[in-house]
Amino acid sequence: METEGIYDVQAIRAQFPILSRKVKGKDLVYLDNAATAQKPLSVIDALVHYYSHYNANIHRGLHTLADEATAAYEASRVAVKEFVGASSPDEIIFTKGTTDSINLVAYSWGKSFLQEGDEIIISSLEHHANIVPWQMIAAEKKAILRVIPISDDGILDMEAFKSMLGPKTKFVSVVHVSNALGIINPVEEIIRLAHQHNAVVLIDGAQSSVHLDIDVQTLGCDFYAFSGHKIYGPTGVGVLYGRRDLLESMPPYQGGGEMIKEVRFEYTTYNELPFKFEAGTPNIADVIALKAGIDFIKSIGKHAIRKHEEQLLEYATAKLKDIAGLRIIGDVKNKVSVISFVIDGVHPQDLAILLDNQGIAVRTGHHCTQPLMHRLGIVGTTRASFAAYNTLDEVELLIQALNKSLKMLL
Amino acid sequence: MNNHRTIKNIEQELIDDFSLFETWEEKYEYLIDLGKKLAPLDPAFKTEEYKIKGCQSSVWIHSFAKDGFVYFEGDSDAIIVRGLVGLMITVMNGQPAKEIVEAPLEFINTIGLSSHLAQTRSNGLRAMIKQMKMDAGAWQVNAENKTVE
Ligand SMILES: Cc1ncc(COP(=O)(O)O)c(C=O)c1O
Repeated sequence: METEGIYDVQAIRAQFPILSRKVKGKDLVYLDNAATAQKPLSVIDALVHYYSHYNANIHRGLHTLADEATAAYEASRVAVKEFVGASSPDEIIFTKGTTDSINLVAYSWGKSFLQEGDEIIISSLEHHANIVPWQMIAAEKKAILRVIPISDDGILDMEAFKSMLGPKTKFVSVVHVSNALGIINPVEEIIRLAHQHNAVVLIDGAQSSVHLDIDVQTLGCDFYAFSGHKIYGPTGVGVLYGRRDLLESMPPYQGGGEMIKEVRFEYTTYNELPFKFEAGTPNIADVIALKAGIDFIKSIGKHAIRKHEEQLLEYATAKLKDIAGLRIIGDVKNKVSVISFVIDGVHPQDLAILLDNQGIAVRTGHHCTQPLMHRLGIVGTTRASFAAYNTLDEVELLIQALNKSLKMLL
Repeated sequence: MNNHRTIKNIEQELIDDFSLFETWEEKYEYLIDLGKKLAPLDPAFKTEEYKIKGCQSSVWIHSFAKDGFVYFEGDSDAIIVRGLVGLMITVMNGQPAKEIVEAPLEFINTIGLSSHLAQTRSNGLRAMIKQMKMDAGAWQVNAENKTVE
């Protein structure tokens, strides 16, 4: 069984060594891509190549290895700049991941610009990474955190959002694609409305960066955060895109080497963008290998990957709906690559255990979105999420394994 | 007391039972069955006070002591975990407090549950065992000269 006329998925799979391993004696069926994507050989090779050929500290050395490492590191920045459509590589800050990027903004921007009584708006769909940093800075600054409500289907209530906006709104931070449900939020409109009130907007792109075409200038967002490991790149590296004037107006997040221009015991002047926000020796190897992840996506094209994943999603949705007592959470049109469901009388943890014994990796639980689960009145869901290398046969295996598990449980 | 089965005896019986299972399905069907048969816990004990932290699912354990022996009841909203609760109750119920506190419970590693069931962190088995031992320890201190409920 093949998706129709998109690309040769077996050729793609061949690039991912992990996909040929067995789990509990069965072929691995990896459907936990929203948590982290597997890595193509090109990414693994980039790491090995860096450590075996030109490992050196960057920006400071005058020797050949340092030159080569610096060039590769900065080439990654340019690749990321193009990947998200930023106007300059200076607007690309390397971080540890989405969580780190959001914390950087909440701390640095919040510290300078938030005042008592100011309002920060997030949505009901947020990952804990886009809730807790705002709670922390709000508590410190006596600012108020407000939450855009959703419908039972998980659709943002835009009317409620409009009514929340006002002169006190200083910051809006929303997720582009919900990791728990796969729903795409109308971020263009959110950004436009927020800007009418002069609020600054951060988009959590942890899930959207791999599936959607991202152009931060067209979107008009002020910040965009994502993680390398979800776009086929390594763990431990993430990105914060920030509009230059905003980044320039913000104080450094951490102090140390790299981020300085001049240090005396009496004073320090800070380096310019983007180095001002990259204190200490950065995660050189993973930053360099991130480019290989981006190149992998470019080699197929986001459009083709999306078409492929849409067919998997459609097929899975139709098949899952045939299962008695199964309810898809967030069963809406505008979504990507994620299918989250609950089954009457079945705890997600039981399902995960039985599916794992059949070689199927899915995610169960609250997906780091406890307030969302609470709002929906469920303890958690079972979530299958697809990537470029998944096949219709794997969806079929998921359905068979699910039916078998249910027979054992019910 | 003559035909009292020790924790070790019961562990051995379980090891023997599990050794008869040839497939993972049989093991899990056994646990699921155990979970379904476990007497439901009185809702009065399904509260935060009796809930065990550190589990993906909710687990509650309630204990009482009589004549120096400790008795357990428990529940979970996940059926396989409920089976694990049943398994631990089978092993520890009605045993002297001291024995419970000191039991190494090695059978868990021997019965060959798939790694993430044995890997106690993910399903709270470790938290469950810790709680049962703490309960027993408390009864041991408490029950020196009286029967406590
Ligand atoms: C929507 C969303 N935001 C934030 C994060 C946090 O990403 P990381 O753990 O890579 O920092 C995730 C990861 O699961 C996510 O899906």
